[in-house]
Amino acid sequence: MEILSVQHLSKHYPKFDLKDVSFSLEKGYIMGFIGSNGAGKTTTLKSMLGLVHKDGGTISMLGMDFDQHELEIKQHIGFMFGGVDYYAKTKIRTISDVVRRFYREWDDSIYQKYMKRFALDENKRPSELSSGMRIKYSLVLALSHRAKLLLLDEPTSGLDPVARDNLLELFQEFIEDGERSILFSTHITSDLEKCADFITYIENGRIIESRTKDDLLQGYRLVKGTSEQLAPLQARLIASKSHAYGFSGLIKTADLESADHLEIEEPSLEDIMIYYAKKEGLNE
Amino acid sequence: MEIVISNTSGTPIYQQIFEQISAQIVKGVLPSDFCLPPIRTVAKELRISVITVKRAWEELEHAGLIYTMAGKGCFVSPLQPNALDEKRSQLAGEKLAKDMEYYKTLGLSLDEIIAMLKKDYGE
Repeated sequence: MEILSVQHLSKHYPKFDLKDVSFSLEKGYIMGFIGSNGAGKTTTLKSMLGLVHKDGGTISMLGMDFDQHELEIKQHIGFMFGGVDYYAKTKIRTISDVVRRFYREWDDSIYQKYMKRFALDENKRPSELSSGMRIKYSLVLALSHRAKLLLLDEPTSGLDPVARDNLLELFQEFIEDGERSILFSTHITSDLEKCADFITYIENGRIIESRTKDDLLQGYRLVKGTSEQLAPLQARLIASKSHAYGFSGLIKTADLESADHLEIEEPSLEDIMIYYAKKEGLNE
Repeated sequence: MEIVISNTSGTPIYQQIFEQISAQIVKGVLPSDFCLPPIRTVAKELRISVITVKRAWEELEHAGLIYTMAGKGCFVSPLQPNALDEKRSQLAGEKLAKDMEYYKTLGLSLDEIIAMLKKDYGE
């Protein structure tokens, strides 16, 4: 069953356009949302949640149309954009007391469990927490009302490797029962290579890929060869980088020919992003 | 049940899981009707995606090594000893066929391959 569906989402800004963004996610899975800085990840997430007005498209979550059932949907989803940085001088206990009143299904035992697990002290104030701790607190708030769907913008940025690893473990626990899903944006692709089931890749406001991580990685190959080999291959490559002794490039697996005699490797998500960004002229 | 995954071996993770579990089944380490853990639990434990585990389970089912009971999970197929041997030969045969291709491209003769096999097998 689809827990999230985004169809033809568009948003126009004077210098940036989100164009015809479509993807969907079934329940029980983790989807990573990747793209360069400024590719449109946060804009997409905010437009999905009505935090900025979208110019077109339909969003549905938990089988309901977002525009018609926004309040009901928000009872059952959790979202997070960075750590809690509001009410910086208010005790966490007080902030939690305010937040819990919004949610019918707030569960204090879940709240206490995660506060303890993340070693968060209710007597502290956001201004006294590290950025990693603020993110964890924000996540506790998103988890405590039994959310079925989490939409998280860069939840792992600012966390050290151990904290990131703990968080990813928590994500996998969250989806283990097969009823709940997570969409999270990140540019730390190694996080996704571990646990993501699906990848949606956005560049320049357009979706380039949205499919299972395994299929995505199998769909591309990294090729390396001499400068002479580059010319006849150029038209088939997504992008290439030349160096003094040859070149390396990204190609769709389907476009490879056995006569090419190139060094062929399986790319990482990062490789795919780097070459697409090059194609889009983003890192020139 | 034991699974050890290498991220640098070049073998896809689903394939590694398939090979290790099928070996444990044909050797009898995992007995008939042994209930495999849920896909999602395996994914969480191994820190890999649900879809990767699902793929490995599908391959096992396709090879006739496990069967699925809707709502209950996946179980090791009840195979008679001769059927187990047959599966074992089949799995080894598939791998051998691939390896043979490689030896042929290196220009090794059958006798040379046999000699190397004997040496490396420890005889």
